[in-house]
Amino acid sequence: MSKGEPLRLHVPEPTGRPGCATDFSYLRLSPAGAVRRPEVDVAPMDTRDLAYSLVSVIDADGNAVGPWVPQIDIEVVRKGLRAMMKTRIFDSRMLMAQRQKKMSFYMQSLGEEAIGTAQALALNVDDMCFPTYRQQSILIVRDYPLVDMICQLMSNERDPLKGRQLPVMYSVKKAGFFSISGNLATQYIQAVGWGMASAIKGDTKIASAWIGDGATAEADFDTALTFAHVYRAPVILNVVNNQWAISTFQAIAGGEDTTFAARGVGCGIASLRVDGNDFLAVYAASCWAAERARRNLGPCLIEWVTYRAGPHSTSDDPSKYRPGDDWSHFPLGDPIARLKQYLIKAGAWSEQEHEETQKRLEAEVLAAQKEAEQYGTMASGHTFSPAEMFDGIYKDMPEHLRVQRQQLGI
Amino acid sequence: MAENTVKTSMTMIQALRSAMDVMMEKDENVVVFGQDVGYFGGVFRCTEGLQKKYGKSRVFDTPISEGGIVGVAIGMGAYGLRPCIEIQFADYIYPAYDQIVSEAARLRYRSAGDFTAPITIRTPCGGGIYGGQTHSQSPEAVFAHVCGLRTVMPSNPYDAKGLLIASIENDDPVIFLEPKRLYNGPFDGHHDKPVVPWSQNPLGEVPEGYYTVPLDKAAIFRPGKQLTVLAYGTMVWVSEAAARETGIDAEIIDLRSLWPLDLETIVASVKKTRRCVVVHEATRTCGFGAELVSLVQEHCFYHLEAPIERVTGWDTPYPHAQEWAYFPGPARVGAAFKRTVEA
Repeated sequence: MSKGEPLRLHVPEPTGRPGCATDFSYLRLSPAGAVRRPEVDVAPMDTRDLAYSLVSVIDADGNAVGPWVPQIDIEVVRKGLRAMMKTRIFDSRMLMAQRQKKMSFYMQSLGEEAIGTAQALALNVDDMCFPTYRQQSILIVRDYPLVDMICQLMSNERDPLKGRQLPVMYSVKKAGFFSISGNLATQYIQAVGWGMASAIKGDTKIASAWIGDGATAEADFDTALTFAHVYRAPVILNVVNNQWAISTFQAIAGGEDTTFAARGVGCGIASLRVDGNDFLAVYAASCWAAERARRNLGPCLIEWVTYRAGPHSTSDDPSKYRPGDDWSHFPLGDPIARLKQYLIKAGAWSEQEHEETQKRLEAEVLAAQKEAEQYGTMASGHTFSPAEMFDGIYKDMPEHLRVQRQQLGI
Repeated sequence: MAENTVKTSMTMIQALRSAMDVMMEKDENVVVFGQDVGYFGGVFRCTEGLQKKYGKSRVFDTPISEGGIVGVAIGMGAYGLRPCIEIQFADYIYPAYDQIVSEAARLRYRSAGDFTAPITIRTPCGGGIYGGQTHSQSPEAVFAHVCGLRTVMPSNPYDAKGLLIASIENDDPVIFLEPKRLYNGPFDGHHDKPVVPWSQNPLGEVPEGYYTVPLDKAAIFRPGKQLTVLAYGTMVWVSEAAARETGIDAEIIDLRSLWPLDLETIVASVKKTRRCVVVHEATRTCGFGAELVSLVQEHCFYHLEAPIERVTGWDTPYPHAQEWAYFPGPARVGAAFKRTVEA
C-alpha cells in the first residue's frame, strides 16, 4: 500500500449470502484425533495451539479416534443421544405450537443439541449452569419435566415463573439451571461469582458459564474472563460459536482471522477449541475442564464450533441474510446424525432403535404438550392473576405496590 | 438492641466500618470486596483492618470493573452469600448499571423467587468537596426509578451503621449511598467555616455492637411547625442551617430510605405544616425531588397553602471551580423557605 493512500474502513462480510454458497474454509478445522490432550494442570499459556485447532473425536466413518476419546459408559452415550433427539423433537413441536399461536415466541437449538447435553452429563447436578436462551438441552438431559417447560412457554396457570417471563427464559434452581435473562452476557460474570462463592465456602461445586459468539462482544464477557483468571474461579467458560448472532456473521463479533478460544489464552485461561457437533468431544472436553476446576487448577474457556441450523427465533427469517441450504454444507455436520453413526458402529444402537426412540419421544413430547395445555395458554386466558404482577419484586410487598395492586381492582 | 449501650464516638467512616465488622462477625456469608478495599482498607478507610481480621477470602481487592464487581456479587448471592460491595465513587457506578437494573433488581421477580440477590452496594456520593464532574454526583434518582431496588442514604454515623447493618441483612438488593462530604463531620454548606468533627455531635455517638435502623422509616431530624422540608444526606444539615439562619420553624425530615420510602411520616408532616420544600444536591429535572413533589401533591393537595418548592443542583454537570454556586447552600435553601412561608 502506497504512502498517503486514503484509509478505508474494514467491515467484515460472510462469504455466503442468500443465493450464494458459504465458503466454510474460514473455519480452522483439524482431523478427528489429531489434536493433543494436555494434562489437566497445563499452564494456560501452553494451550495456545489448542485455541487455534479443533478437538474432534468422531471421524467421518463414525469411529472414535485419538487422545480425546472419553472414558464414558455406553449407556451414558445412549442417554445423550436420546436427550439430543428429545431436544430436537421438543424444539420442532414448540415451533409448531408457536405458529399455532399457543405461545408468543420460541427459540430452537437445532444443530447445537450436543453441547449442552454432553456438558450436563459431564457435570454433577449440583454444579450450577448459567445458560443463555439456547441451552434447553441441559434441562432436558437433566430430566426436568417437559410439562413444566411447556407451562413456562405458554405462561399458563402452572407456569413456574407465573407468567412474568418471556417464553424460553426458564429458571430451575433444583436442576442447576440459573434464571435466564434477556440481557446478553450478564450471566457470564455471575457464573464466575457463583464459582468464587463455592471456593470461598470451601465447597466442591463448580459453575458452568454460557455465551454465544455474538455476545462475546459484550463487556461482561471480558469482565468474566478477567475475574475468572484473577481469582482462579472454578468455572467452565463456554463460548458457543454457531457462526451467527441473529443476522450478524461471527466475523463482526471479532471472529475474523482469530478464534474465540484465543481470547481465553490472552487472559491467562487454559483454552480449548472443540467440535461442538461431536458429542464425544464435547463430553471429553467438558470432563477435562470440570476436573481442572474441581482440582483448584482454575478456569477453562471452551469455544464450541457449531452452526445455528435454525432461525435465530420464531421472529427471524434467516433466508434474508444467509444461504437457505447453509447447514447442509457445514463441515461438522449434524450432531445427532454423527452420534447415531458412532453408536451403530459401536454396536450399541440401530436404525430400528433410532426409529422407535424417535416415535416414543415424539409421543412423550406430544403428551407433555397436551397435559400442559390443560393448564391453559395465553390464547385461552388461563394465566396467573394480574395480582401476581406485584408480588416478588421485593421479598415483602412494599406499601406502594400494595396500593397499586388495589388500584388495579384486585 | 438493648445490650448495645456501650457507645463510642465514631466518624461516619468508622461507623460504616463497624457495621461491616459486626455483620462479618455475625454472618459468615457476608463478604466485602471492591477496588482497593482489601489490604489498603479503601480509599476512604471504610474497610480498614477488615481483611486482616477476616482473611482474604472474605475481604478482597478486585479488578477495576464495576460491572464485574456487581456481576460477581449477584452470582455469589445466587449461591447463598451476602456480599457487601463497594463502588469507589457513585460517579463510577454506571458501568454496573446493566447488572444492577437488569439483573440484581429483577432476579427474584423473574425467577419467581428461585434465585435472589441479597447484595448491598455501598458507594460514596455527593459533592461539596471540589470533586468536579466525576467525584460529586448524586445518582439516586436513576436507582429510585428501578423497581426491585432499595435506595438508602444516611446523614450521620449512628444512622450510617444501623442502616448499613439493616441493608446487609435485607434480602433485597440495596444501593447504599454514602455522602462523602459527611464522612468526617456534619456539613451545613458553610464551606468558609472550619469543619466540626463528629466527636462534637451527639449523632457521632455510636453503639459498638449490633443494632439496626429500620429501612423504609424516615426520621424527623428537626421538629417544626411552619413548613416541611424533605431532605437526605448532606442536605439535612444544610436545611437545618437554613432554618436556624432564617428563624423559620421548619420540620426537617431526613428520608434515610429514598425508595421505598416512609410516606406516612411525610404526609403527616405536610398536613400539619401545610407547606413543603424538597432539597437535594442532584440535578433538578427528573431528579428524585420530582417524585417527592408528586407524592406530596397527590396526598396533601387540599392541605397545601403554597406551591411545593424544590432546591436542587442545577441541570448542569457538577463543576469544579463553581462548586459553591452549584451546591444548594443554606442561602439558597433559606430563600426557598422564606418564599414558601410567605406565599
